[in-house]
Amino acid sequence: MKKIFALILAMVLCIGLLAACGSNGDDAKTDNTAAKNVKLGFIFLHDENSTYDLNFMNAAKEAIAALGLTEDQCLFRTNIPEGQECYNAAAELADAGCNIIFADSFGHEDYIIQAAKEFPDVQFCHATGTRAHTEGLKNFHNAFAAIYEGRYLAGVAAGLKLNEMIANGEFTADEAKMGYVGAYTYAEVVSGYTSFYLGAKSVCPSVTMEVTFTGSWYDETAEKEGANKLIQNGCKLISQHADSMGAPTACETAGIPNVSYNGSTVSACPNTFIVSSRINWAPYYEYVVNCVLNGEEIAADWTGTIATGSVVLTDVNEKAAAAGTADKIAEVTKALEDGSLHVFDTSTFTVEGKPVTSFMADVDTDAAYTPDTEAVKDGYIHESEYRSAPYFTLQIDGITLLDTAY
Amino acid sequence: MGNFHISKRKTLAWYTAWAIRGCAILLALLVCAVVTTALTGKDPIAVYKTMFSGAFGTTRKLWTLGQNIAILLCVSLAVTPAFKMRFWNVGGEGQILIGGLATAACMILLGDKLPNWLLILIMLLCACGAGAVWGMIPAIFKAKWNTNETLFTLMMNYVATQLVAYFVIVWEVPKGAGKIGIINQTTESGWLPQVGPSKYFLNILVVAVLTMLMYLYLSRSKQGYEISVVGESERTARYVGIKVSRVIVRTMAISGALCGLAGLLLVGGTDHTITTTIADGRGFTAVMVAWLAKFNPLSMVFTSFLLVFLDRGASEISTIFGLNHAFGDILTGIILFFIIGSEFFITYELKFRKHTKEVGSHV
Repeated sequence: MKKIFALILAMVLCIGLLAACGSNGDDAKTDNTAAKNVKLGFIFLHDENSTYDLNFMNAAKEAIAALGLTEDQCLFRTNIPEGQECYNAAAELADAGCNIIFADSFGHEDYIIQAAKEFPDVQFCHATGTRAHTEGLKNFHNAFAAIYEGRYLAGVAAGLKLNEMIANGEFTADEAKMGYVGAYTYAEVVSGYTSFYLGAKSVCPSVTMEVTFTGSWYDETAEKEGANKLIQNGCKLISQHADSMGAPTACETAGIPNVSYNGSTVSACPNTFIVSSRINWAPYYEYVVNCVLNGEEIAADWTGTIATGSVVLTDVNEKAAAAGTADKIAEVTKALEDGSLHVFDTSTFTVEGKPVTSFMADVDTDAAYTPDTEAVKDGYIHESEYRSAPYFTLQIDGITLLDTAY
Repeated sequence: MGNFHISKRKTLAWYTAWAIRGCAILLALLVCAVVTTALTGKDPIAVYKTMFSGAFGTTRKLWTLGQNIAILLCVSLAVTPAFKMRFWNVGGEGQILIGGLATAACMILLGDKLPNWLLILIMLLCACGAGAVWGMIPAIFKAKWNTNETLFTLMMNYVATQLVAYFVIVWEVPKGAGKIGIINQTTESGWLPQVGPSKYFLNILVVAVLTMLMYLYLSRSKQGYEISVVGESERTARYVGIKVSRVIVRTMAISGALCGLAGLLLVGGTDHTITTTIADGRGFTAVMVAWLAKFNPLSMVFTSFLLVFLDRGASEISTIFGLNHAFGDILTGIILFFIIGSEFFITYELKFRKHTKEVGSHV
């Protein structure tokens, strides 16, 4: 009897709960007539556990707030793999009335193009892609940022930290070796670690670097193992270009300074996090929405810069960084902005012992990887100018690749 | 509290069985409602509505639902003959991947060199052949040396995944990107043709025919009967003159070939690319589909529908309510827990002993 009574009581409670939460309070809606005509759809490869996707999500929320859009004017689709599901998600967002659709992962591109061909009235904006300038679709666009400049600045912070450790007698200048955990031997990663290295080298001339690749953009275990391997090899400082917390947490455990990416990891790594470079996508989102509202065409390739607020550095963690890091970063930022300093200045590095006078980049994507564009001009390599996504692929001296299977 | 013991039911009228299942689903929905309210503060009724609109909301969603059911059903049909034989084929994942890899290889290497119908025919042969080989390797080892097929098929999954990973790097575009992208996007060479109203219709049609054929094969054919006998008792099978090792290898060849076909449908029919994650766990989900349907191909239509519906609904919940996708998975887990639990109460019954005051305390 008691049991039956308990059962009934439980059921009544459940039903009571069901009834109690029948309606959500109506949120006050802002009255913005022009902005009312847009509906944004966002496609993310992972969810907020990935630092890469979280960075896009935060930017989306920031842009939505800045544009005065309401919550129901945007739809987030998370955990969308780089396959037919991406096309399905894009098509469903278009069906749901979205007139601008953003996708955040490199591998989404082909499927977004497929959707763009089917929905000519919807604008499709794909971050990190390479095909918009050759595809010739009016409603398909690529975007990236000159993140190599951010990496360079983060590299300066790394170099200063190495200098401080050398001055403290922790190791000699010859032993100043950094480690870098990359995803693939892809141009975006190569451009990223090379600019990071050049930044460090600009303040710590004896620095060398080892790079390992995980073969995945998001693999926490592999990234952690990669970082540990580099630390065992004698690397004194680690940075990474892969999207999990694997490398930063490995550094925190080992007490090795870490220069992060995509956003601050200071809360998880309070003792080792120095600084992080990241792309702020909010300016791009705002640019696209404003284009649509004003009836203007969206650029096929859009490259954000320090000036547009797209390339940003997080606050320096004073606890881990060398003294004077923030001031030095500010000084170098100014030099990058006024054009007196170029990241890929051909006088600052060599390839196989020789200075670089010509570099044919593979700007137009094809299955044969044909180099098609001369990127050296006026004494430096012009990165992210002929298309938004990076195309720097040179292997410069001072950097050792531990594995190139990926 | 009274003591109770568990005993196997003799038989259960069909309506009692369905009443138990119905109660289980109702209870599951109630628990989900409580969990939803407690954890997120969202209205559970609205959440359920969203699940439905996520699966059935638009024509496109209906087609996507159909496509996902078709592929999952195809894999479930594939593993069923092996399961009926008590051969625990958990290598569906690898068999799909290897079939998909064979398909992709044909599309990349032979695209534009052959007429499309011939290319598709070759793709079909290669995909089914590759899947069959992948299934037969553990079967031969089982038949000859009685190796453990569960571990063997499981390990073959990893081999297949690594092979795909290797070839993705070989065929990647652009260099270093670690992805192939859509194969033959401009020429559509080797793409299965669109039949009927949607690009997913062909897949659904193929699997519908396959479901009927598998039903007939298992219930009406001599080979199907041999599979049941081997599954019930190998000794009996041997006694009545069935060549057990031949049945094992033959059945796993069919199982693998059909998984390979699923790979073909995915790579040639819809995705037009190959990745290590293209099978998306279907090789394992299919085990549940087959078990829940008690290995009846016709019931599998419903069980695969149920699982796909829950997954699509979960994905819609995360979109509309801004919840993490994992929350949808929690709801799916609760519902499956109750459904699987209800099968227990259909097979067994609880008998409560009368409460006696003298034996009031028990250990």
